[in-house]
This record gives sequence, structure tokens and C-alpha cells, in this order.
Amino acid sequence: MGNTKTYRLPFLLLLVSLVVCFGLNISLGSVSIPFSETVNALVGGNLENRSWEYIIWSFRVPKAFTAVLVGSGLALSGLLMQTLFRNPLAGPFVLGISSGASLGAALLIMGSSLFSGFMTSGLLNDISLAIASSIGSFLVLLAVMVVAAKVKDTMALLIIGLMFGSITAAIVSVLSYFTDAEKLQQFIYWSFGSVGNLSWAQLSILLGIILIGILLSIVSIKALNAFLLGENYARSLGVDLKKSRYAIIIATGLLAGGVTAFAGPIAFIGLAVPHLTRQIFSTTDHKILVPAVLIYGAILMLLCDTVAQLPNYASVLPINAITSILGAPVVIWLLVRKRRMVF
Amino acid sequence: MMNKERNSMVVLATTDLTVGYKSRPIVENINFALSEGELTAVVGINGIGKSTLLRTLGNAQPKLAGSIHIGERQLESYSPLELASKISLVLTEPIASKNMSVLELIALGRQPYTNWIGTLSTGDKTKIREAVLMLQLEKLQYRKCFELSDGQLQRVMIARALAQDTSIILLDEPTTHLDLYHKVHILKLLKSIAHQTRKTILFTSHEIEMAIQLCDTLLLLDGENNPFGQPCELIEQKAFETLFPADVVSFDASTGTFRIEK
Repeated sequence: MGNTKTYRLPFLLLLVSLVVCFGLNISLGSVSIPFSETVNALVGGNLENRSWEYIIWSFRVPKAFTAVLVGSGLALSGLLMQTLFRNPLAGPFVLGISSGASLGAALLIMGSSLFSGFMTSGLLNDISLAIASSIGSFLVLLAVMVVAAKVKDTMALLIIGLMFGSITAAIVSVLSYFTDAEKLQQFIYWSFGSVGNLSWAQLSILLGIILIGILLSIVSIKALNAFLLGENYARSLGVDLKKSRYAIIIATGLLAGGVTAFAGPIAFIGLAVPHLTRQIFSTTDHKILVPAVLIYGAILMLLCDTVAQLPNYASVLPINAITSILGAPVVIWLLVRKRRMVF
Repeated sequence: MMNKERNSMVVLATTDLTVGYKSRPIVENINFALSEGELTAVVGINGIGKSTLLRTLGNAQPKLAGSIHIGERQLESYSPLELASKISLVLTEPIASKNMSVLELIALGRQPYTNWIGTLSTGDKTKIREAVLMLQLEKLQYRKCFELSDGQLQRVMIARALAQDTSIILLDEPTTHLDLYHKVHILKLLKSIAHQTRKTILFTSHEIEMAIQLCDTLLLLDGENNPFGQPCELIEQKAFETLFPADVVSFDASTGTFRIEK
């Protein structure tokens, strides 16, 4: 039973960790800025060193916000998929949704040299990139849905997701064979994943997409809980299956597609966070899980980004490498520890 | 076959119902009328269409012909939400998430009545409490579903249906996978629920002998007449004699049991 009082303490702890991680993420970076100065800048004080202020406000704060949005978005899309597909191993990356987004992005970045005349610069370019990768992720999501309706087997669905990933990779490699080096490099950088480099304008677009996704998820909370029993039971509880399923799919596509468009295909956050959250909150009630994965996802992404930044070094690691190093063991641990694959 | 008195309180009735899949009708000519507080079993040989009938009654698949009445109205005239307060289901399919706690699962039964985000009111909690007590699940209520045995899980699923507080409960083979003791236990529970709460309970079963002993009425799907009535009426009509090939299994009308022919 969803007794919210029991979960107050864990929520409080999560929120505190979120604030701490946010501060940590901003105070650490390639340029060493004292923590007191960072706090000073954040509360609106004037810094002695103007370039520090510039670094914090134009680079680190948007980056931290991006990390929050990316982590929350991916984690929520993972939760939605696990419930919708009744599959504990579902997630944007595993089911090939991220691959679909990659395909959309690849077609736009590299295909544009083949079908020239479409590329425009600036904000429109970002929007078209977002649209392209969202369409890509929607298409794969729909394909997975169709297959999932026919194949009830959990493992088969995952293998199909992997196959979609392979097909995408194949098309991408064909594209990269024909494209010029500059475009290829642009795509490869995108595919490393990064939460930096987003302007405030881009950030607000991403925020809009994520908010719509979150809103749709909140509206679907009751249906999501009913889906835990299976579709026939959900229908018998008065859930409008078609409408709820569409709402959940659109939310998933927006969250995973939007994030992937701006931050690249980031692995494992979507799959791992819902499971990690279930370790803290011993419930399956989405009323608790939805806000919890949002916060937890943000925390994890902030931490991964902090590590990827290699504090005080000039170089930056691809964030995908970090999330994979953290995420893959979680999946293995899940499979080994929970042979029943409960979710 | 039925007396007028029972007919007046009909909760669920079918007329010349045909169920099955689009191009392939499975059972035709199903006629029955269930009253308030009645326990009814649908029996018949494997593959005759018991589950298909149940799924059709539960609106999980469309009927092919005939009519289904829930109370005064046709089944199709109900919206999904309206129907959710009339019929609850216990199916054979495993629940998708076994990580739910028993209480969480039973609470889902209140969904048709809760607000947009599913907040449980005091009234909802009372209904959940009643269901827990009725099915004797006090000791199990904080357990996770994957920790339960088949029989315990079945009781939880029945409690969930009970919490949904519908006038009709449909159960698909609630006693499969259970041993004799638990079979009897579940069936007796269903009987007491039907009689105490005045709910109409319909379940499919292979346990014809138990059904004869425990149920108020029986629907025997034989693919032809599909006789419906009180067990003793059906025995008098010799409805069970032809159910199985007589040289393998024969029916003893005096004891209401089947005997293996040597």
C-alpha cells in the first residue's frame, strides 16, 4: 500500500544527496576553483576572478543542469519500459531505443552530405537533431512493441533489441563510409555522449521535452501500477489500455529520444537506476518510484559526469565509458543475484 | 430447469452465446443465468472452451454471437471503468511483477474507485482490510509475491478480486497446480465468500467431482446442449455420463463420482 510517510526519510536523503552532488559537480572541473568561491558564485556574489564566474555560469551550471535532465529522463524512461514490457532488463539502451536515436542522428548529421540542402545552422539545427533522433527512437520503440506483442519471451525481446542495435550500427557504418571526415567526427563525438556543450537555449528545449515526458508519466501512474499485474488485469481494473499504452510510449520516446539527441546515446542509466531505486524503496508503486528514479537518475548522472571530467585535468572522458563501467556490473549483479528476475 | 424465484435476481446471464476466435467458434449455444450469492463452476473436457468463455465474460475478448447481460444491461454497453466495478477477474496468467507486496497487490483492486493518482481513502483501506481478513492473509500481507507458494498466491489474487468489490467474480482454473487439500480449501473459500458477501462467483475447473459437491450450479460445456443447473438436476439428466468415453471413465450417479473402467 502506498503509504507515503514511510518513504519520507529516503526521499529526504536522496534530495540532500542531489544537492550535494550538484554542488560537487559544479565545484570540480578542469579548472580548479575553490569550493567557497563556487558557492559564492551560486548564491549570486561577485567573484574576484571574473573568468571563474564565467566558467561557472556559462559552462559548469548548464552542464550540471544537463546532467540532471539527462539522468532523470533516462532513468524514468527505463522505469516506464520495464513496466510496459514487463521486463526487468528493459531500458532505452538495451532495447535499441538509443540505437534508433543514433540512427536518426546519423542520418541527419552524415546523411545530409548525401541529401544536401537541408542543413541549417544554429538552433534549428539542434531542433532538427532532436526531432531526428526522437523519430528514430520512436520507430525502434514501435518496432519493439510490435515484436513484444508477438513474442512473450523476455530473452527473445532483449535479443531483438540487440539486433535492432546491430542493424543501426550497420547502417551507421555504411553512412560513415560515404560521409566526409568532418561530419563523421561530429557524429562520433555525439555518440561518445556528453552533457557539456549545451547552451541555455538548448537546455530549455531539453527541459521542455523532459517535462512533457514527466507529465505524461505522472498522468499514467495509475495505469503503470495496473500494468504490473499484466494487461488483462489492467483492463479489468478499468484502465483504457490503448490510451495508457500510447501515453507511456510517447513519454518513453520523448524522454529517451530527447536526451539522446542532446547528450548522445548514454548507456545503462535507464536500465540500472530503476533497480537501484528499488533497493532503497521497497515498493512497486509508481507514485513513489517515478519521483525516486528522477532524483536517483540525476544523482548518478551528476556523479558520472564529475568522474568523467577528471577534476583538475584538461581532458574529459567520454561519459558513456563511465556509465558503462558503473552500469554493466549492476546488470550482471542483477542476473546473478536475482535469478527470478523480479522487478 | 430454474424456478422463477431465482430468475428474479439474475446478475449474469447469457443467451445463445457463441465464443471463440474470429474465424473459429469454439463453443456455441451457451445459455445460463446466475443469481446473487451463487457459486457456479464451468466444467468440461480439455480444450472445450471454458477459458475462452470466461475471457469473453470478462471482456478480455469479444463474443461471436448471442448476448451477455450484466444486471439489466448488455456487457458491451459498459465502459471499461463501469465494468471494473461490476466484474473482477482471477486469471491463470502469472502477474507481471512478482516484486509487489501482498498488500500492494490487493490494494490494486481498489483502482476503479481511487482518484487520478490512486490515493487510497479510508473506505478503500477498510475494503482491503476486509479482503485480507477474509482470505486469512494477515501473516502474509507484507511478504513479496515471489516468496509465496502457488496456493498462497491464489488466495492473494482472490483477495484482490474481493477488494475490487464487484458483484461478479470470474476465476479461471483457480485450483490448477494445487494439491488436493489446497484445492478443497480454495473452493470452500469461494463458496463461503459467495454465500457471505452475496457475490456471484463463476469459475472454470477440471474438478468435476468437487464442483458437484460444492457448487450451487454447474455449467457443463459438452459442445452441444451445454446443460446448466443445480448439480443434482444435471445428474438426473444424466449429463455427466457422456462426458468421457464410457469405456475409460464412467459416472456413478449415486455417489456423484467418476470411476476408472478397468
